[in-house]
Amino acid sequence: MKNIDTSRRNFLKTTSLTGVGLMIGFNSFGKDKTPKKLSQVGNAVLDLEINPFIIISTDGTISLINPRPDMGQGSTQAAPSLIAEELEVSLAQVKLIQSDGQSKYGSQQSGGSSTVRGLWTSLRKAGAAAKEMMIEVAAKRWNVSISECYAQEGKILLKNSTKSFSYGELVDDASKLTVPKNPKLKDPKDFKILGKYNKRLDVPDRVTGKAVFGIDIEVPNMVYASILHSPTIHAKVVSIDDTEAKKVAGVLQVLKAERQMPHRTSETVAVIATNFWAAQKGRKALKVTWDNGDLSKMNTDTYFASTYDAAKKEGIRYEEKGDFNAKFVNAKQKLEANYETPFLAHAPIEPECAVVHQKEDGTVEVWAHVQGPDGALGDVARYFGVSKDKVKINVPLLGGSFGRKAYHDYLNEACFLAKILKKPVKMLWTREDDIAQGPYRPGMLSAMQGFVDNGKITGYHHHAIGESIVGQVFKGLAPDESDPWLSGEISTENSKYEFPVAKVSWTNVKTDIPIVWWRSVYASNMGWGQECFIDELAQLAGKDPLEARLALIQDVRYRKVLETLAEKANWKEKLPTGQAKGLAVFASFGSISACCMTVSKNGNGIKIDKVVSVLDCGYYVNPDHVKAQTEGNIVMGITAAIKGGITFTNGVCDQSNFHNYNVMRIKEAPKMEIHIIDSGANPGGVGEPGLPPIAPALGNAIFAATGKRIRKLPFDIDNLG
Amino acid sequence: MAIFNLTVNGKKTKVDVEPDMPLLWVVRDFVGLKGTKFGCGMAQCGACTVHIDGQPTRSCQMPISSIDKKAKITTIEGIGEMQLHAVQKAWIEEQVPQCGYCQSGQIMSAVALLKANPSPSDQDIDTAMSGNLCRCGTYDRIRKGIHRASDMMKAG
Repeated sequence: MKNIDTSRRNFLKTTSLTGVGLMIGFNSFGKDKTPKKLSQVGNAVLDLEINPFIIISTDGTISLINPRPDMGQGSTQAAPSLIAEELEVSLAQVKLIQSDGQSKYGSQQSGGSSTVRGLWTSLRKAGAAAKEMMIEVAAKRWNVSISECYAQEGKILLKNSTKSFSYGELVDDASKLTVPKNPKLKDPKDFKILGKYNKRLDVPDRVTGKAVFGIDIEVPNMVYASILHSPTIHAKVVSIDDTEAKKVAGVLQVLKAERQMPHRTSETVAVIATNFWAAQKGRKALKVTWDNGDLSKMNTDTYFASTYDAAKKEGIRYEEKGDFNAKFVNAKQKLEANYETPFLAHAPIEPECAVVHQKEDGTVEVWAHVQGPDGALGDVARYFGVSKDKVKINVPLLGGSFGRKAYHDYLNEACFLAKILKKPVKMLWTREDDIAQGPYRPGMLSAMQGFVDNGKITGYHHHAIGESIVGQVFKGLAPDESDPWLSGEISTENSKYEFPVAKVSWTNVKTDIPIVWWRSVYASNMGWGQECFIDELAQLAGKDPLEARLALIQDVRYRKVLETLAEKANWKEKLPTGQAKGLAVFASFGSISACCMTVSKNGNGIKIDKVVSVLDCGYYVNPDHVKAQTEGNIVMGITAAIKGGITFTNGVCDQSNFHNYNVMRIKEAPKMEIHIIDSGANPGGVGEPGLPPIAPALGNAIFAATGKRIRKLPFDIDNLG
Repeated sequence: MAIFNLTVNGKKTKVDVEPDMPLLWVVRDFVGLKGTKFGCGMAQCGACTVHIDGQPTRSCQMPISSIDKKAKITTIEGIGEMQLHAVQKAWIEEQVPQCGYCQSGQIMSAVALLKANPSPSDQDIDTAMSGNLCRCGTYDRIRKGIHRASDMMKAG
């Protein structure tokens, strides 16, 4: 995981400090000063790689490389759109190739809502450089100045004439040029693709069953594997009785295997068969004795009890303005409240799987739905003890991920088997593996304190408590350090709340339950405490929740988001008794998002009548992607508030499949409306920022409608207690 | 192992598999049609939905031996072979899929719904489609897609 480790940590750390406009450090564009001739017959160039992202062939084929795997967020369209805009080609006329992890493509991790904001300048420069080279060649051939030439639809045209050259006709001469270092980028007002509604060109394949996902990969002579994991996740195998398993028709072999997580390796038992059904049946027939060590003490109840204990103590300070403790003691109007968020499984609808083959010559080929082919390349090379040039990574589509498939335990499991079997093996998890084996979003506690004075919120303390992703996954957290991924998210620098007195602190409560990033990472936990508590303080101050927020925020973009939300959701509208609105705002991954929920009393519970979300993500590629992602965040955010919740009793996960790990179904999905603010700011994230305000907007609406303040997620929407 | 004769998407085919193997794995790994997806293995998510004689069925819980040999099995590959089905066209118009993994099952359920009820209300849609999970959260667009497909089918 080292590749992901450094890039993601640095990236998020920096993001949370700088807010928007972050460029992920990758400068592969222009690394090669001269274009690379990929194939040559005699002196004629057939395929020219102008820079790693563009290949133009003499037959006219234009291929663009998408450096970010697609898990549904639309990167197969978004990333190439950045190149196509400047190269002056339409996406319909190009061939798309998914990058394979090689370092020349830079960071290829789909994560941290980084695709568009991370590639905004570099991929446009890649396209612009290629276009300038084509213009230079055409100008020379026509013996005119470059200002008389322009690019359109994959051709260079001569102004005031009918003359034109296709890019394919210019490639041979272009191969002799130096790639311009600082090509001129288009003025956003001239954009033809970026910022415009475009249908995703891969949707037809996704509605006809033709789209190829990780689970669909088949290679000749492939065997199938199903792996039995210990119910306590981490364990050693004491004994295996495979008598019955081996009787299952199609079962070829049973072997002790391993699951390597970044922080821990566990023993497992794998059943190899001629088909997956046989492998699964064989696995069910296994009798395995496990040594679970002391993991029977792994309980979510004891974990949360420890977090509540920690809430009574002082944490590690991340930020402090004024002497909060002294002022809090003396404050006349003050509040304290603890907000709890559960562990959650990602439960991507396509379970984890991978196909791995180590060939006779020692080289390794992988077909796996990973979020980052570059990280996978490093992990696979390390696993087999071979250099990266001996590994080929193929990335099919991801059937959902939400962070899960950037954690390569399942890929490592397939590598382990491929190393022994010496033939291609397809390892597929069941839903039970996915739900009961983790890793999970960590359950967290937000211990909130605050005070008001003269109708104003004047003091605020957010004490975040729980297991650390940086600490557990990367073993990268010093004992006196607050988790850098989290502290930035809850800092006043990020919230823009200008409290006269403020404190942000952190306490690490450890657990053996494996954890990892989940859609919007800690923001998904922390938005709940922050935004519900602001409403509690507003009430104490006797202020309207919107007015109380606007009184604390001067930042122009944040104010605009809130004001737009108030207008679009008709915040001031008079509603009948039993119906009310609640709102929340949270910034993450370089974008600002706010949500307003309208709810109605429904027996002892409530129902959600409408959700309005507003997002300022700066420049974006496709407004429909932005809307779709925000719709997804609304559904996932409500699900995280009222469904699911992973619990462990005596070391074992209490949930196993969708019958007891509930997720939202269509009948529960509310009507929703998304508004995008065209701020013209640097691009921010889109895949995640819509999620953090959802749960608190719901909690605040429920309080407004019923007077019941909910502080623990998940809760039963049909019975508020 | 046993031989089973099947009619999948109008084509007769023969497979030699264990009698308890669910139709899902037969269709995917023996007939070679990968559009039908595995999501949960216990008929909770609907990703594996196919039609058996027009009825939407969770193929992950349907042992091959329990299927009548005269049964007509239709998968996502079979509903729009000559030209896209109205539901597929509507899905493209509304840009319904995100990852798309669940959409084969969603579309199979939607096709069956529209056949039984050419003008479904939102409530009819919610009832008929609640067996199909979508983790990307495309539910609002699925409703719009079904209404659009309904309009397209009525317009001919």
